Amino acid sequence: MATITFHGVGIKALSACVPPEVVYNRDLGYLIPEEEIDKTINNIGIEQRRIAAPDVTASDLCYKAAVQLMEDNGIDPSSIDVLLFMSQTPDYRIPATSCLLQHRLGLPRETMCFDISLGCSGYLFALSTAFAYASMQGVNRVLLLDGETFSKIVNRRDKVDWPLYGDAGTATLVEKGDYGESTFMLNTDGSGEEVLKIRAGMRHPITPDSCVEREWEDGSIRSDLEVFMDGMDVFNFAISKVPKSIKQLLKETDHTIEDVDYLIFHQANRFMMDFFVKKLKIAPDHVPYCINRYGNTSSASVPLTVSSELAGKLGGEHTAVMSAFGAGLSWGSVIMQMRDCNVSPVIEY
Amino acid sequence: MDIKRFIENFADLFDETDPATISAATKFKELDEWSSLVALSVIAMVDEEYDVEFRGDDIRGSSTVEDLYKIVNNRVMSFS
Repeated sequence: MATITFHGVGIKALSACVPPEVVYNRDLGYLIPEEEIDKTINNIGIEQRRIAAPDVTASDLCYKAAVQLMEDNGIDPSSIDVLLFMSQTPDYRIPATSCLLQHRLGLPRETMCFDISLGCSGYLFALSTAFAYASMQGVNRVLLLDGETFSKIVNRRDKVDWPLYGDAGTATLVEKGDYGESTFMLNTDGSGEEVLKIRAGMRHPITPDSCVEREWEDGSIRSDLEVFMDGMDVFNFAISKVPKSIKQLLKETDHTIEDVDYLIFHQANRFMMDFFVKKLKIAPDHVPYCINRYGNTSSASVPLTVSSELAGKLGGEHTAVMSAFGAGLSWGSVIMQMRDCNVSPVIEY
Repeated sequence: MDIKRFIENFADLFDETDPATISAATKFKELDEWSSLVALSVIAMVDEEYDVEFRGDDIRGSSTVEDLYKIVNNRVMSFS
């Protein structure tokens, strides 16, 4: 377990962008028996999701979010020292999408850019990386762009995954300043690699056969190029790890759950988050949700929830916990003292 | 661990199924109300009530409520 503490760095501003196209889960009659649709929506808590057009990528959504953030906060592009792009749906396999974004955003050539790839827990790991660089001598500002378009890697006839996932791009500006303590706890268990996976890659090279759609045990259709998830195993993993790791983080930083103003979960599904809330005995009004409108946007879901639910609410000082978990298996949480964080409302592109 | 109590906990997870119709021998996957979401609530119940981790294969490999009970009971015994 990696436990990392920072002082004097924090989130200055945050923004998010979603596609305008709304997909309604009540229209999933082709996938789920009509009589079960209401119950499914009620359980997973997802009424609608945003789906990117074929020519819109995660980096497009992140670009728009970044431009909005820079406009709203008067940020000079030349003041960005490091640009991080966290995504599992980058534009290309080569080159890294962060390089394309450096050019597109008009950032100087002196900007250090690289991509980070991780599952739904990715924002926490990428944010800790942003905090680490912002803490270093020679770096003042880090722009973290976290976006996913899972609609491009999930089969529309996948009963487990298709009702869950939505697309979004986000921007988070991290910088040096008069910020209090932030402590991250980041964890990994690679023995769970099979639980959430796209099989085709370098280990299992992509061939014409990889594109063939097959019917699986549960009646779902997918190819080896698309996401597979064992919902029960992911659920078991999350409920056994997430509440315990948040309790441990609170204990090690001498906090109690009552100290937490906002607990922002990865928006996996509502049933799971309600279970966490019950386990942690936190008042539900301290736990913002946006899953009903945007679905599970993978690693973008934590910053999307901040933009969607906390815009205009993070002036002054607040104690926030963010927690996410996903493929790997991988999970992490942070407790941070937020100060005058300027959150832009969600925009569309 | 008491199988009667386990059956009650299991029956509580259903909204429309009459608890009186659920017994140790019930083939739970044949219940009209059984679904992948009820399976998640079984995993949550076993975590909450017995502090036992339940994997997807435990549910996939079980047929009756008693099969589930035996897995939970074995794990409770091995930790106590």
